[in-house]
Amino acid sequence: MKVTLLSGRSLGQAKGKVTGKFTEEYLRNVAVCELDPEDLKSLGIALGQNVKVTTKTGSVVVRAAVASQAARRGVVFMPYGPWVNMVIPSETYGTGMPSLKGIEAEVTAAPNEKLLDLRSLVGHMARG
Amino acid sequence: MMILSKKIIPNVICTFCGATCDDLQVTVENGKVLNVRSGCSTSLSKFVNYNVERYLTPLVKKDGELHETSYEDAIARSAEILANAKYPILYGWSSTSNEASRAGLELAEWVGGVIDNTTTVCHGPTLLGVHDIGEVSASLGEIRHRADLVIYWGSNPVHSHPHHVMRYSALSKGRFRLSRKDRTMVVVDVRKTDTAKLADQFIQIEPNGDYELMCALRMAVRGDDLEQDVIAGVPAERIEELADLMISCQFGVIFFGVGLTMTQGRHRNIDVALSLVRDLNARTKFLIMPMRGWYNVAGANQVSAWVTGYPYAVDLSQGYPRYNPGDTTAVDVLARGDCDAALVVASDPVSNFPVEVSRHLAKIPVITIDPHPSATTLISEVVFPTTIVGIETGGGIYRMDGVAIVTKPVVSPPPGLHSDVEILQDILTHVKKLKMGQ
Repeated sequence: MKVTLLSGRSLGQAKGKVTGKFTEEYLRNVAVCELDPEDLKSLGIALGQNVKVTTKTGSVVVRAAVASQAARRGVVFMPYGPWVNMVIPSETYGTGMPSLKGIEAEVTAAPNEKLLDLRSLVGHMARG
Repeated sequence: MMILSKKIIPNVICTFCGATCDDLQVTVENGKVLNVRSGCSTSLSKFVNYNVERYLTPLVKKDGELHETSYEDAIARSAEILANAKYPILYGWSSTSNEASRAGLELAEWVGGVIDNTTTVCHGPTLLGVHDIGEVSASLGEIRHRADLVIYWGSNPVHSHPHHVMRYSALSKGRFRLSRKDRTMVVVDVRKTDTAKLADQFIQIEPNGDYELMCALRMAVRGDDLEQDVIAGVPAERIEELADLMISCQFGVIFFGVGLTMTQGRHRNIDVALSLVRDLNARTKFLIMPMRGWYNVAGANQVSAWVTGYPYAVDLSQGYPRYNPGDTTAVDVLARGDCDAALVVASDPVSNFPVEVSRHLAKIPVITIDPHPSATTLISEVVFPTTIVGIETGGGIYRMDGVAIVTKPVVSPPPGLHSDVEILQDILTHVKKLKMGQ
């Protein structure tokens, strides 16, 4: 499913990061993709199952959730953090600022693919 | 357990977001933070969990794993890495004190390379816009007392700055605006956020449509006709109504977030927003202010500008400061693979930078100074645990509106930990010795 990906701050992400980045709370609040309930339905997956988010930069497996605020079909939200960074392009178009919002992406159901914890994700990132 | 001491410390400054609320009441029992009153839920999490997940001794990497080492050894390793690097990057600075930024800038002058702060991935485009257009601004106190129209654009403070609306804008009690009914609140966003739910009006815009909508608003404010029926997903009559609301207010303000800086247009979005406010001041009193994220990102800009003349992305490799965002900015220098070493202070770039940038960081020696383990400490060569500004150590900071504030410690740090300033000064002393020896 083609979507527009927005990343951003969420209260859960902020609280998770100050509580500890290796805690379950951080993982639960940050390794997530929030979708419109109708989009979730059309992917044919249940809440809490995994989805794969893919952009021209790469892909990442995260947990699917219903948008906690502001559901909108075709727009998905991922909190700032190492998981969404896996799909953020590094071009800054001469400004120093990469595109962290409004990115073309594709979301697919991935109920059998593994969600990596922070340590495994960083290892995966570093190995390229 | 016997309670040896318990006290409530009033008026503590929160060192989380750029709003830096200064009304926390922190309960300290037996030298530990027990509770926080008056703060938001993020503030409570920060203060109560400050001691969770901490390294208590410096670490260095041996055979691919981090091992404990002495403070002196970690200082010597760090100085060696930085002194021998051809083009190091010194990054972070937004969640520490002004004094630490000052020490970092002196270190950068000695080692060359680039010094950049987290502005680069939040409001960097805002500063570029301000260079072009200028900014009509004021203190948050002025806004609290006088604003009758508050617009949040591309910002969701209920999540990012949880007490901002209550302390400084629509829900605050000001001298001349006594209650919520004395103010109109508008939210412009691509999503109907929790902040939008507090607003009198919500205007939903298409993703990447801010520049178009802002241009249309400028036209409407000037009295020009809008030729399209719908602009950036917003009906033309709605834009004209918003323009009328802006012109007819007594004291308006736009608080804008990274919804403007991180999307298509970037600094051009800011140019047009600043220009809109400049136009509005021909008709009424209007202000604009970025919603700065980290508690001292504004201070990192201030200190960098005092010392080098530039607020971020400063290249000192030629022996004098150069500033060319898009070239000397952290994401660009790292994505190009230019840097051969990094010093990270009070930041977690691996959690904030695009994957390609983090991948380069993972290939070069990284020294990290941070109170807590993070994605960046996992790839670091040297890790210094440090004290937490505003909880265990004091220091100067700047609030998002540029008001200078001094933070004070509420508890003592764990034994043996040094502050960011002490660590940076000790690395600098060693770097000087190495450089003079050369």
